[in-house]
Amino acid sequence: MQLPSGYGSHPPNYSAPSGHYSQVPNKAGASHLDNQYRASYYPTYYSAPAQNVMTPPVGTSVLNTQESQQLYNKTPPHTGGSAEGPIQGAISSASYLHTSAQQSYSAFGNHYSTSVSSSVASQGFPLNSDHYTMPVVSSAVYPNVSYSVAAGSVYGQAFTSQSLPAVGQFKETNTFSSQSTSVPHLLQQHVPVGYNTTLSTISSAQSVQDNLCRNLTGSVAKVNNQINAGGIDSSQPVHPVSQSVLFTKPGAGTSVSSAVISSVRTPAPSLSSQPRSSPSVTQSPELALQEAIDSSSTTSSASPVLNNYDALEGGGYPEARSVTSSPVPAPSVPQTSKASKPFGYGYPTLQPGYQNAAPPTPVQPSNSGHHPGFQHYPQQYPGVNQLSSSLGGLSLQHSQQPESLRPVNLTQDRNILPVSSVPAPVPNLNSDLRKLNCSPDSFRCTLTNIPQTQALLNKAKLPLGLLLHPFRDLTQLPVITSSTIVRCRSCRTYINPFVSFIDQRRWKCNLCYRVNDVPEEFMYNPLTRSYGEPHKRPEVQNSTVEFIASSDYMLRPPQPAVYLFVLDVSHNAVEAGYLTIVCQSLLENLDKLPGDSRTRIGFITFDSTVQFYNLQEGLSQPQMLIVSDIDDIFLPTPDSLLVNLHESKELIKDLLNALPNMFTNTRETHSALGPALQAAFKLMSPTGGRISVFQTQLPSLGAGLLHSREDPNQRSSTKVVQHLGPATDFYKKLALDCSGQQTAVDLFLLSSQYSDLASLACMSKYSAGCIYYYPSFHRSHNPAQAEKLQKDLKRYLTRKIGFEAVMRIRCTKGLSIHTFHGNFFVRSTDLLSLANVNPDAGFAVQMSIEESLTDTSLVCFQTALLYTSSKGERRIRVHTLCLPVVSSLADVYAGADVQAVVCLLANMAVDRSVSSSLSDARDALVNAVVDSLASYMSTASNLQQSMLIAPNSLKLFPLYILALLKQKAFRTGTSTRLDDRVYAMCQMKSQPLVHLMKMIHPNLYRIDKLIDESTIHVNDRVVPQPPLQKLSAEKLTREGAFLMDCGSIFYIWIGKNCDNNFIKDVLGYPNYASVPQKMTQLPEVDALSSERTRSFISWLRDSRPLSPVLQVIKDENPAKTDFFQHLIEDRTEAAFSYYEFLLNIQQQICK
Amino acid sequence: MAIGGTPSGAVEGGEQRALPNLLDKNKALSILSYLSVFPDLGLQIITLSDLECDYINARSCCSKLNKWVVPEVIGHAVVTVLMLISLHWFIFLLNLPVATWNIYRYIMVPSGNMGVFDPTEIHNRGQLKSHMKEAMIKLGFHLLCFFMYLYSMILALIND
Repeated sequence: MQLPSGYGSHPPNYSAPSGHYSQVPNKAGASHLDNQYRASYYPTYYSAPAQNVMTPPVGTSVLNTQESQQLYNKTPPHTGGSAEGPIQGAISSASYLHTSAQQSYSAFGNHYSTSVSSSVASQGFPLNSDHYTMPVVSSAVYPNVSYSVAAGSVYGQAFTSQSLPAVGQFKETNTFSSQSTSVPHLLQQHVPVGYNTTLSTISSAQSVQDNLCRNLTGSVAKVNNQINAGGIDSSQPVHPVSQSVLFTKPGAGTSVSSAVISSVRTPAPSLSSQPRSSPSVTQSPELALQEAIDSSSTTSSASPVLNNYDALEGGGYPEARSVTSSPVPAPSVPQTSKASKPFGYGYPTLQPGYQNAAPPTPVQPSNSGHHPGFQHYPQQYPGVNQLSSSLGGLSLQHSQQPESLRPVNLTQDRNILPVSSVPAPVPNLNSDLRKLNCSPDSFRCTLTNIPQTQALLNKAKLPLGLLLHPFRDLTQLPVITSSTIVRCRSCRTYINPFVSFIDQRRWKCNLCYRVNDVPEEFMYNPLTRSYGEPHKRPEVQNSTVEFIASSDYMLRPPQPAVYLFVLDVSHNAVEAGYLTIVCQSLLENLDKLPGDSRTRIGFITFDSTVQFYNLQEGLSQPQMLIVSDIDDIFLPTPDSLLVNLHESKELIKDLLNALPNMFTNTRETHSALGPALQAAFKLMSPTGGRISVFQTQLPSLGAGLLHSREDPNQRSSTKVVQHLGPATDFYKKLALDCSGQQTAVDLFLLSSQYSDLASLACMSKYSAGCIYYYPSFHRSHNPAQAEKLQKDLKRYLTRKIGFEAVMRIRCTKGLSIHTFHGNFFVRSTDLLSLANVNPDAGFAVQMSIEESLTDTSLVCFQTALLYTSSKGERRIRVHTLCLPVVSSLADVYAGADVQAVVCLLANMAVDRSVSSSLSDARDALVNAVVDSLASYMSTASNLQQSMLIAPNSLKLFPLYILALLKQKAFRTGTSTRLDDRVYAMCQMKSQPLVHLMKMIHPNLYRIDKLIDESTIHVNDRVVPQPPLQKLSAEKLTREGAFLMDCGSIFYIWIGKNCDNNFIKDVLGYPNYASVPQKMTQLPEVDALSSERTRSFISWLRDSRPLSPVLQVIKDENPAKTDFFQHLIEDRTEAAFSYYEFLLNIQQQICK
Repeated sequence: MAIGGTPSGAVEGGEQRALPNLLDKNKALSILSYLSVFPDLGLQIITLSDLECDYINARSCCSKLNKWVVPEVIGHAVVTVLMLISLHWFIFLLNLPVATWNIYRYIMVPSGNMGVFDPTEIHNRGQLKSHMKEAMIKLGFHLLCFFMYLYSMILALIND
């Protein structure tokens, strides 16, 4: 507010530009880390100022004309009435908008190339956090605000940060070079024009050019001086600003120059006080601008501003770049920001709309709080941004749209499935950040553009949440051994690629914005063996890292790997014959069990009594100890039941060989699962570890006994599905006890009749175990299940395992997690206690936006998983995800990740069906589609309401929801056994996204013509890539053969008239009639089609940890129904076809 | 959570002649129950906020709180019934919704949950917040009742 002098006269004009610019910072904010963008910033920044300059004189006219071009045209008169004025405007508009924009765009593609212009400002200031704010102030809200002040702050900070910039600069060079072409135009043209009007400005411009020539190193001082001279007049300062902008662009264009700039920065004495004299201008363009401003504005205001800034920085700008750590100066570049914003976003098409929108936005009205003090700056931005962005959103329709926002008419467009699997959307970050960002396989967010406020999120009607797969098997994982693990001192965030280094000695946390010291050790980079480059450490170069933790991270010495197997040996179990498979698998994989020399193993069997096995080393054979007092279970010989795997290996092998035959003649039909589990808990509690429970029937004795709750007549009921929740809290309590003792319980349920999985599953759900279910398991009658058990066991026994783990999910201040999904116990607000963690476990969390995110352009999420490896090492695996914040609804939709949304909704629907009812959950799923599409259609006002339109990013949403409604977990009307349903629900809660998506919407391929398909080469193998087919019977032809990939099972469906050659070559049978009913393997036939088919299937298998079972299906096969129930686009007696579902949605939207 | 019985006794001062025995008992009981109301509610709020701040484990927090659910339900129900018996319609009606809610809450706990406060759910779907809110509202209600009872007790004493 103190600015009054020059700018005061033209407040409206200024404010408008500022609004634009402010946007830039946010968007650009994403790019903070990237130095590139900073570089680019300059150009835009300056160009923007130029526009601003023009505008102030125009005054009223500016306001009216919203388009940049118009502005420019008008400006000329102001600039001095010279003929050049108009030219300038034309040039600037033309060059700026078209040349620079387009060129840069083309060059950069979707990256923040656009941001180049906007981000440029940041570059100049990269080092200075204050800088960032500064520009904002000047340009945006406070037209009057003393620029000098801002400048002063900038400089001061710049000094401190100087040393770091190098990295950022490098990056910048590239971008600049690409842009450089456009820039020159601007400069040349501009210079002549503007200079004529104001001498001072000219000089500055020249100086800028000089700077460029010299790499900007020495020129700064000159610029300042010149500027000062010219800037004294209130009216004139404007001009210099514009000029400086232009010039800066050229500077940006030459990469060298930009780099120089950053390094050059001299400590600017407080600009406010000494603007003219101060030679310190490091960022020549910016300085020029600011100085001009200073000259125009009163210097006195400067000091207070500075203070405010400092305060702001402390909490405000999370996005500081990693390298330079200076906050983005974006605010200063109001107009440019607008223009650039679209680019930054990667939605080139948006640009026109944005540009239009930007100029008109009155900055001041939006930022009510700004005037009083600078402190409010950050807020101002957002406000401006919101306005402008919303305008931009409106204008979207007229301009081209980003691909993800392209409207898709769902009722007409029948082929919406992509050719190959649906890729995860890439967040709109600049390329540097994007490269650093966490892989979508481990960490996905439902909205890759985070809405600024909860209100905006509510408007979008999409859930906000994360889907995590933190312990995924990784082929490449940087492991860091370091005595000190660098973490934020207040929020305990691990250092990550998205923090900013303020200078060599300090870094700013990207979650809580606290400034922390860089420890001495961290200065040394073990990779490059260099000192003083903390930003090149692997922790800062990788978003997924693993630390070897010191003893600070242990409550007790790392536990050994301990495995306890609890086996059901009642009549039912022996009859099913699972014991043979389990013992066989264990024997085969005994040496592959993850662990070290301390690994321990034990066995408990149970029927109506509980049997323990003494395997103590030295015994000649295993000793069975029977405890029949199941009401008060005790351990007969506590010390010798869990034995060292290596010392007692022979005894263990003896036991495993004998076990399948020991109970062959048992007549015991009861099952005392509860007491057996209590015993297991007692056995495990001193160490912790893993209990694997194999159960084949309803527990009928002792604690935890259950009664059948399923009414078979209700299986296909369309009304109420009861008993989805547990019947008793026994298993839950047991699980919590186990969890407290670092013991996980994994459940294998192999039953032929109802076993109340809803109750039994609790033992795994809350102890972080996993659940496997094999309905109607029988070793010989159901070979598919037997094979599945065998494969699952192989994976289960040999996969990685983490013990006594905890996981914490942290997110940027303002976001909070309110619901967790997965198998674990939430010990405190954000701490998940995982007794065991396995690589196949997925998690989901729902989040809400508690505080508006308007003062930040990036949000980060960090999961840290602390676990003990099977080798007894304490390790921390850290994933960090960084996403941009957006303020317009259109952008939120553009960034929607439909697969993540669907998976999160599935998790929420499971909760809902347990806590409320299944029909509630189904309604909620349908409403999710209806609401979000209705909301989208209302934002896109030019769309015809009679059509069902979805943005491209959400075009699969209705299809997936329909698939979900037809999934076992949520379907009604089709006969579904309660256990099947509950198991499907358990899987939804605990499967990682990739697997879950295949469960919900399987992939269908036609495989009888693989030879003609395009191929890729993987490890010297030729893998055909057939296109995805719609899940509809209309795609199945009698002449074809189809493969359906359901995640855990492959179906191959053979048409009746399928080519005999295919049947012969691939299946190994002479004709269709001779193909057996139960075929689970493809023979190795020496034919091209066979080879291709097998390579395709093995390629599919390789992509997942669990090797799926293959089932060949002919028309008469009873498994046919399994196959056809996955054709979710078709109508069934109980459910809509896809088209009907769409019409239904449309109807509801119109209501 | 047994609610303010004391006042009820006081209110009944006028009717003491009609139901002397009952009222005496009523009085004593309400005093007793009142003694437990505030500490109980206070405990609930303190424990919940401890959990919020991560000072306490969800498991121990819930078992602590669940212990008090039944006494609260019973206490409040008894007080409410006593009000009815002593024909204090207004106070009875005032207490009825809260008592009903307490009973409803207790009855509606799903079979698999470990009580009104379930450690596995308390961090989900904002349950912690809603429990907190509930405790606050009840505290306010009991404070209000307390002063009402106090007032009517004094009134009754004066009338005597």
